[in-house]
Amino acid sequence: MSIDQTTHGTGHGGSDGHSDGHSDARGTDVATTAGGGLPERFENPGLPVHRHRMADVDPKAAKRAERQVAALFGLSTLGTILLVVAYYAVPIEPDERDRWAQIAQTLRLSNTLLGIGLFLALFGIGAGAVHWAKTLMPDEERIELRHPMRGTDSERADAVAILQEGSAEAGVGRRPLIRNSLLGALVPLSTIPPIVLLRDTGPLPGKSLSETVWKAGTALVQDPVIGEEKRIKASDLTIGSVVHVLPAGIEDTEHPLDEIAKAAVLVMRLNPADLDEASQPGAYEGIVAYSKICTHMGCPVALYEQQTHHLLCPCHQSTFDLKQNCKVIFGPAKRPLPQLAITVDDDGYLVAKSGFSEAAGPSFWERG
Amino acid sequence: MTALAARRRHPLAAVALVLLGLLVTGVAYAAVTPARAQATTTSTDDIAAGKALFLANCATCHGLNAEGRDRFPSLIGVGAASVDFQVGTGRMPLQATGPQAPKGKNKFTAEEVSQLAAYVASLAPGPAVPSAQQVDPAAGNQSNGSLLFRTNCAMCHNFAGKGGALTRGKYAPNLAGVTPTHIYEAMVTGPQSMPVFNDSTITPQDKRDIIAYLGAVDSETSPGGFSLGAIGPVSEGLVAWVVGLAMLVGCAVWLGAKSS
Repeated sequence: MSIDQTTHGTGHGGSDGHSDGHSDARGTDVATTAGGGLPERFENPGLPVHRHRMADVDPKAAKRAERQVAALFGLSTLGTILLVVAYYAVPIEPDERDRWAQIAQTLRLSNTLLGIGLFLALFGIGAGAVHWAKTLMPDEERIELRHPMRGTDSERADAVAILQEGSAEAGVGRRPLIRNSLLGALVPLSTIPPIVLLRDTGPLPGKSLSETVWKAGTALVQDPVIGEEKRIKASDLTIGSVVHVLPAGIEDTEHPLDEIAKAAVLVMRLNPADLDEASQPGAYEGIVAYSKICTHMGCPVALYEQQTHHLLCPCHQSTFDLKQNCKVIFGPAKRPLPQLAITVDDDGYLVAKSGFSEAAGPSFWERG
Repeated sequence: MTALAARRRHPLAAVALVLLGLLVTGVAYAAVTPARAQATTTSTDDIAAGKALFLANCATCHGLNAEGRDRFPSLIGVGAASVDFQVGTGRMPLQATGPQAPKGKNKFTAEEVSQLAAYVASLAPGPAVPSAQQVDPAAGNQSNGSLLFRTNCAMCHNFAGKGGALTRGKYAPNLAGVTPTHIYEAMVTGPQSMPVFNDSTITPQDKRDIIAYLGAVDSETSPGGFSLGAIGPVSEGLVAWVVGLAMLVGCAVWLGAKSS
């Protein structure tokens, strides 16, 4: 082994015979053309002139730098103290449950002091360490030569010999039973467990993404459901009204939030004359219901412009035209919002005529 | 029959007949006329004064009888609440054509606004200006208001009521500093792009809760420090990039600079 090829530069000066940094020899050996233009070739200029720092030559400056570093570390200590004091000194617990607004002021003070304390505590240490290194720690150029990565030929021959010797001594070739049984252990280990374990990440979603709680006769109730479900009477909706709607009984499903994410619906009432033929069959006297889940990325499309009858998705500005059965008229969405066909029951309350016309929400693998 | 005939010439018969006639007319009128939509009573003088103001300021677009034409909507049936909102917030009379009538300075006195509202309300019944008690934030439940606001309003007006963009230059305005009465009227009447939230879809009590929530959002201190307009990741991202990155670059320059 010959790691000792590494040569440490000894103090200033280069390996190629350039003068050390103390003399002002920089650039004098650059060959220039006669015309004063570009040189024919650039010579190695060597190291730049070494310029001593104030703290290197002036003991008073060094002392000053030392005090500055100490002050920065001291600042960090103060920050830590501030952090701990502020944590206990500023109360953030509300006196009564409903007096949250009153403590917002002290909460803000608490946050500010904690933030400043933590900033000083961390930044003080970092800044002190950097300042220390920059002003007081040794400042001299040092040269380390690179050496070849490749080992010598004899080293390489030795390594090959060691491997061959090990193989021969283990007798892999002489004892096929051991070799084969080892293979018999390794191959199943690397293939069977991944298959078995990954299988349990299933089953495939099947129809769960295509189906929602909505089916024929499901009543429309107002979102949010606070206590009792509030059904919607068709006659209560004036033209220009919009209601955020959920299917009745959604809170009783196994995973209400999963179901709401697919089944949320927006109900609007327009002048029936504004609706085109495609949207008429699912409408009831100008009342239309569409999925609130954008067909692009699944954001709630709920920005309804009452005059233009446009529905805007706030995430990527997909715009759907209610007058044309929620056709996409702008933005990245590719499919219209699915319509929920509605009608009224005997008491005049809105109910679904059937489920969505197609799978609601963004595209997915199994979607037909 | 005879008893009635005998008293027909009684000196008070005429008086009784007139009183009876008045009573019948009054009852019939009360039964036939739709309930007066005004919180405060308006006189015919107000309506006349309102009509004069209407002819001078509004009729150019909305028509001499408020019937509307082309893109200018008819005001028949919009109610006093709509007039109080549109004129009271300075949106009407329209200052300039554009995607949306912006909030402006109200050019009328409160009395003139109420006269205009009385005139428009007299054309056909419509939503009335709410009473002070209906819009009293102190009587509302902020927590319930917050729930309703997040479901029904926040997608356009932002979670803190700071407003947001709609399509083609239209926008949902900032709700900070809007009076409770105007908030109520906007919900009832659905001005411009805003949909209508009538008393069935959001009950008057719920409307008061929403007003209470907006009042609380307006007056509350942001516990996190600067709210940066409370418009979400745009302003926060800008500050993080400009201020935060500037600090990081400053530190990097300092790290790389040689000490003097």
